[in-house]
Amino acid sequence: MSQELSEEEHTGHPTAGQYFRIAVILCAITAVEIGIFYLEVIGHWMIPILFTLSAGKFALVAMYYMHLKFDHNLFSYMFVGGFILAACVISFLILLFGVYS
Amino acid sequence: MAQEHAAPIHGKDEGTTTGLSHRKMLMWAFLGSDCMFFGSLIATYLVYQGKSLEGPLPIDVFDIPVTSISTFVLLMSSMSMVLAYSALTKNNMKGFRIWLISTAIMGATFIGFQVYEFSSFANHHVEIDCVSPGELTKYEQHIFDDGCSSGEAHAESHEGLKPQTNLFGTTFYTLTGFHGAHVTLGIVWLLSLLLLSFKKGVITPEKNLDVDLAALYWHFVDVVWIVIFTVVYLFGVFPGF
Repeated sequence: MSQELSEEEHTGHPTAGQYFRIAVILCAITAVEIGIFYLEVIGHWMIPILFTLSAGKFALVAMYYMHLKFDHNLFSYMFVGGFILAACVISFLILLFGVYS
Repeated sequence: MAQEHAAPIHGKDEGTTTGLSHRKMLMWAFLGSDCMFFGSLIATYLVYQGKSLEGPLPIDVFDIPVTSISTFVLLMSSMSMVLAYSALTKNNMKGFRIWLISTAIMGATFIGFQVYEFSSFANHHVEIDCVSPGELTKYEQHIFDDGCSSGEAHAESHEGLKPQTNLFGTTFYTLTGFHGAHVTLGIVWLLSLLLLSFKKGVITPEKNLDVDLAALYWHFVDVVWIVIFTVVYLFGVFPGF
């Protein structure tokens, strides 16, 4: 572990073992998502739960696999800026067309 | 935070005003704009959800277990892509090539799943027993009403889901089709890098920006699929959404 940490500090990027652990977490979250999908007792809570789990997976890939956590902040601003605009487009179009009203 | 300062910054030798690689910045700008592209397609899908006048609808055609497997394959391809990049930075060219070809194979497998899914949707076939129909969806009820009212023993429909079938078909194929096109382009890019890696001095541990950019693109198609899988597939068959 200490060897892994020193390697991480040296390159600034996670080690192969850490990449593998993140992949295991991503698969586990996906398995939980599918499990929740088949649990009818959850009802309408399913939407916020699945939304949160999906956001967690998105953040893990963006931060660790795309190295946003370790790279220059300007890259994060460019990507997150586009993402926020996309989220606004989706939200405003849904409101405009009264999809869930 | 110490990691941030230790992170290798491409472009420090390029004399850019920011000290960051212009190519990498351009890639992030492209990914940010691609977020908006997919955002508009997802918004269109959601706006037209439930507005189709006739079936098949998501609940009639989606096969969640099959899509879950293809999602798993794409997630694993992201892991193999970072391992390819990691092997390259450690000057392990053999490992780099093995992980890179694994990524391309998993990407091709994902596309194979998508082709299978599209063809099964297009050839969707429903057969309902008029005596004991069981639990029916709205679309199946429509087929039941049409077929069984004429005194037949079975009611059936060969109307598959095609882009021109209904609003669901149009928005679904546009969204997932564009994502599939992105994955296909990514596979071509990865295979190009694999070929270039055999050319001496083109891809080295020091000159790894080409691989870094391809990896960013590949992970982006993965995160887009994470959103599509939840919003289109899981929410799509949920009655309250």
